Amino acid sequence: MTIAIIDYGMGNLHSVAKAIEHVSPDERVTITRDARAIKGASRVVLPGQGAIRDCMGELERTELTGLVKELLKDASKPLLGICVGQQMLMDKSEENGGVRCLGYMPGRVTRFNDQALDEQGQRLKVPHMGWNRVHQHHMHPLWEGILTGERFYFVHSYFVQAEDDAHAMGYTDYAGSRAHVATGRDAVFAVQFHPEKSAEAGLRLLANFVAWSP
Amino acid sequence: MTLAKRIIPCLDVDRGRVVKGVNFLGIRDAGDPVEVARRYNEQNADEITFLDITASHEARGTTLDMVSRIAGEVFIPLTVGGGIRSCDNIRALLNAGADKVSINTAAVTDPDFVYEASQRFGSQCIVVAIDAKRVSEDGEPPRWEIFTHGGRKPTGLDAVAWSRKMVEYGAGELLVTSMDRDGTREGFDLGVTRAISDAVSVPVIASGGVGNLDHLVAGVKEGGADAVLAASIFHFGEYTIEQAKQYMADQGIEMRL
Repeated sequence: MTIAIIDYGMGNLHSVAKAIEHVSPDERVTITRDARAIKGASRVVLPGQGAIRDCMGELERTELTGLVKELLKDASKPLLGICVGQQMLMDKSEENGGVRCLGYMPGRVTRFNDQALDEQGQRLKVPHMGWNRVHQHHMHPLWEGILTGERFYFVHSYFVQAEDDAHAMGYTDYAGSRAHVATGRDAVFAVQFHPEKSAEAGLRLLANFVAWSP
Repeated sequence: MTLAKRIIPCLDVDRGRVVKGVNFLGIRDAGDPVEVARRYNEQNADEITFLDITASHEARGTTLDMVSRIAGEVFIPLTVGGGIRSCDNIRALLNAGADKVSINTAAVTDPDFVYEASQRFGSQCIVVAIDAKRVSEDGEPPRWEIFTHGGRKPTGLDAVAWSRKMVEYGAGELLVTSMDRDGTREGFDLGVTRAISDAVSVPVIASGGVGNLDHLVAGVKEGGADAVLAASIFHFGEYTIEQAKQYMADQGIEMRL
């Protein structure tokens, strides 16, 4: 069984690969942009870092947009979106003056308010960086063995708000907003946080992904 | 507010070994970086920072190998700093498994490098190290300047204005070290930490001078830091990370326990 991490040129994929290898030593983990290899894989990870316009642009430039859309329709092939890889699944993002995304789930991507204050009157920093609580909104096989309210590691300034409540699998409250930090539909699960950097809870989520048969 | 404040143990690595505390405990060697990182991970550290203080150039390969070994078994964020001068350096470290890099002297000599690096790799992985020293006399309004070369070389740059500029150039986080306090165990310079934290929108890590757990608390409560970095209080088992986190939580600080 092969797990393909889609390499369209955005970001650091080695951490994700190392963490998946760690939880599933028997699987082959490959970082690739080869369409045949991605199609042939039994599971796919769509990562993403940096600005969303660059992510969408690079996906297009590497001629993988069509393939990813195809994969999203395949209800038998699990796909995990991470960070900007989660945001890209929505209709649009307001980052970079407005960017059209893959439109797999209705909803939008907006920026945290960087003027918000905490209870002590200290400014809440943007990017939202560090360990925050993720509350599970719907049951999902990827939450197996993870407590609701468990902390995961985040680094982001923009966040997802799904239109359809059924797609909102988990949320985190920050700077006066409720971010849908886990979204899912059919064989797709996507997270804003970094499971590969979230210690035991993150490794558990990755192990659940590897074991998931939707 | 549920975002936790972070504790970041720092590994100062010279020729493949963790060093620090030579002035205080008479111990030079604090161990193998991979072992030390593993121990901090088990103690529930929120991140790890690896600073390569090796002067010589040829030890670069050792650093990449260490980073790769740590990243293969420690699944929390790993920041690597020390002598980063080019996008190729950054690329090599990220490929080895680093999540962020900390840019120090190169930011001062060539600020555009910070801009270029953040454009290329994303602000989320670009930390700029702010090494500040107080230059105002007692009784004057406090003022800090940026120093390079371990605090020996003044640059004339105002630390707060420089911090703002680095954020404009794409720094995703600032590592603020007081060169007056580093190695003293007298606590952070809370003035500079607070001044910078209030001046920028990105997270600030307080560093330099931690000697006890109250210093960590003050860094957050008075300094307004989002994360606190310490080395020697953890290296020799004086405190575990867990003890430090529990202590901070008991003082009302949101922590990941």
